[in-house]
Amino acid sequence: MSAVPVQAYLALALILFCIGLYGALTKRNTVMVLISIELMLNAVNINLVAFSKYGIMPSITGQIFALFTITVAAAEAAVGLAILIALYRNKKSVNIDEMDAMKH
Amino acid sequence: MMENAWIIPLFPLLSFLFLILFGKRLKEASAYIGILFTLASLVYSILVLFDRFTAPTYKAEGVWLTIGDVQLTAGFEVNQLNALMLVIVSLVSFLVHTYSKGYMQGDDRFPVFYAYLGLFTFAMLGLVISPNLLQTYFFWELVGLGSFLLIGFYFYKEEAKAAAKKAFIMTRIGDVGLLIGMILLFWQAGSFEYDEIFAAVEAGAISGTMITLTAILIFVGAVGKSGQFPLHTWLPDAMEGPTPVSALIHAATMVAAGVYLVASLFPLFTASETALMTVAVIGAFTAIFAASIGLVQKDIKRVLAYSTVSQLGYMMLALGSAGYVAGVFHLMTHAFFKALLFLAAGSVIHAVHTQNIEHMGGLWKKLRVTGPLFLIGTLAISGVPLFSGFFSKDEILIAAWAHGNTVLFWLAVIAAFFTAFYMFRLFFMVFAGEARSDMKNVHESPSVMTLPMVVLGVLAVVAGYVNTPWFGTFLGDWLVEDNHALGHGHIEGPAWIMIVATAVSLLGIFLAWLMYGKQSLSRDWLTSRMPLSYSVLYNKYYVDELFSLTVVNGAKFISSFLRFLEVFLVEGLVKTVTGLTTSLGKLGSKLQNGQMQTYGTVAFVGLAILVVIYAFTGGYLK
Repeated sequence: MSAVPVQAYLALALILFCIGLYGALTKRNTVMVLISIELMLNAVNINLVAFSKYGIMPSITGQIFALFTITVAAAEAAVGLAILIALYRNKKSVNIDEMDAMKH
Repeated sequence: MMENAWIIPLFPLLSFLFLILFGKRLKEASAYIGILFTLASLVYSILVLFDRFTAPTYKAEGVWLTIGDVQLTAGFEVNQLNALMLVIVSLVSFLVHTYSKGYMQGDDRFPVFYAYLGLFTFAMLGLVISPNLLQTYFFWELVGLGSFLLIGFYFYKEEAKAAAKKAFIMTRIGDVGLLIGMILLFWQAGSFEYDEIFAAVEAGAISGTMITLTAILIFVGAVGKSGQFPLHTWLPDAMEGPTPVSALIHAATMVAAGVYLVASLFPLFTASETALMTVAVIGAFTAIFAASIGLVQKDIKRVLAYSTVSQLGYMMLALGSAGYVAGVFHLMTHAFFKALLFLAAGSVIHAVHTQNIEHMGGLWKKLRVTGPLFLIGTLAISGVPLFSGFFSKDEILIAAWAHGNTVLFWLAVIAAFFTAFYMFRLFFMVFAGEARSDMKNVHESPSVMTLPMVVLGVLAVVAGYVNTPWFGTFLGDWLVEDNHALGHGHIEGPAWIMIVATAVSLLGIFLAWLMYGKQSLSRDWLTSRMPLSYSVLYNKYYVDELFSLTVVNGAKFISSFLRFLEVFLVEGLVKTVTGLTTSLGKLGSKLQNGQMQTYGTVAFVGLAILVVIYAFTGGYLK
């Protein structure tokens, strides 16, 4: 099994995180923003798993932590979607520009 | 009696306070309050005057303020001049209060009028018993305020409003001189007290130039208040006020305040020949200047106003010729006959509802009381023998002659001729001949108006006999007793002066009769011969126009320049500062727009900057 160097995992995670961040900050559609956040979480998961195997002190903790993150991400996606649907019912829109009710 | 003289000004003050508080409920009954309180003042003043005949000057003072080593005092003083002024002011005020009950009948602001009259009387009485310059100045300004309120009583009339403002501003210009003079005197003599100032002057503690300077500066204040040239223009305009006010303020009392001020500082003026000369020249010039304007005016009150200005000039001429007694004597007689003339004019206006003498005529038969009383006043002011004005004018002419002011003496004689002429022109135009316009419903005024006139009429005849060359100079001797600085009680003069004075006044009356009474001499004799001089006189020598060209335009130029500075410099600076702050604030508020993504971007950029700093510095900012 050819050894994939740790830098490759980290680079992938970095690229994934940047794409997610870019999406979260620029997309107009709230669903796309939520998906972008998922991308960023998964980039973190890749990092956790990569370090649990190739880190200075490899252990199973990183992988368990990744499982936790996936669980929390699922819950977050559920809550986020619920809020989104509630907003959509009120505003008839999923455009994130119009969701600025917290400024006052 | 004299130790309680402070109570005299308090009566009208009480009347003022009472009427301000309860006037609305009392309505026309407020007249009785005013009349009652001024009557109390009058009775008390007369008692004080009689007391002063036998007792010496009474002066009481208490410390009011202590500043460092200087103590400012407040109190009152009853000397001869003050006692006399108390009676004049309270008498005229009482009569005007009574007269106004008829004249102001039916006015909506009747109680307010009486309240203002009370305030004015309080200020004027306070002024004449002040023992020091500072207190005098306070009351001096209060008098100005009272005058302002009363001139502007018909404030819904534009002219009245303008006249009130003009009177206030013009007298304020004079007051600046008075204030500076006062401060200089305080600096030099170390006190505002009249006695101490005179003592310092006599001891030679003040240099001659400084005496001249302070005396002239104080005279500037008197010029403003007494309507002397060139600050006289407010007085004729002040005739916009109700006629009783003109009688009280602009004939008998307030305008006499300037003369009173010069008289009460007389030892200061006599110490400087230049100051005396200034007073005399301004006085004589004003006398003839105003008299010549009076020749052609058409408004009954304006003729009287110019005659007041001219007579005040006479008083100044007397004081400037070291004729203390003559000036004060004329002040007294003038107060009586000029108040009489104004009240009679008010009665005429009350009857015919116009002030233009071109529209009057033939009123002698209709106004059987006012007519003779007006004639008495006219005879008195014209200096016809046996009337009060004759004696006092004679004193002034003698004083001017005795002091060696020959030119001023002849000016005064010509002014006396003018006075006789324009006063009888007025009399004939109003009372003689036939009515020149529709004069129906002309009726004599009620007795509440005629009785005060009768009292003044009697005084206008007999007041002169207290100081005559024939029966003794009681007033003069009494005024200067115990005080050598005031000069002699009587100045001897050649007998021909009296004959000349009589001759010119009779000549003036005769000429007026020819032109306006018998009408055998054409009325437009002057108009047709010298149209230019007529229009110059009719337009009052264009003094108002000159002022508006020079002073007013000058002030406007300065103010527009300052406005330019204000708009572009000051406001520009302020706008830069506010603009900067506003744009900073706008930038901040753009960030706080409720957009999640903006917040996220800002947070990310901030984090990125922190990381960069961390990377370059290793975690510590050096």
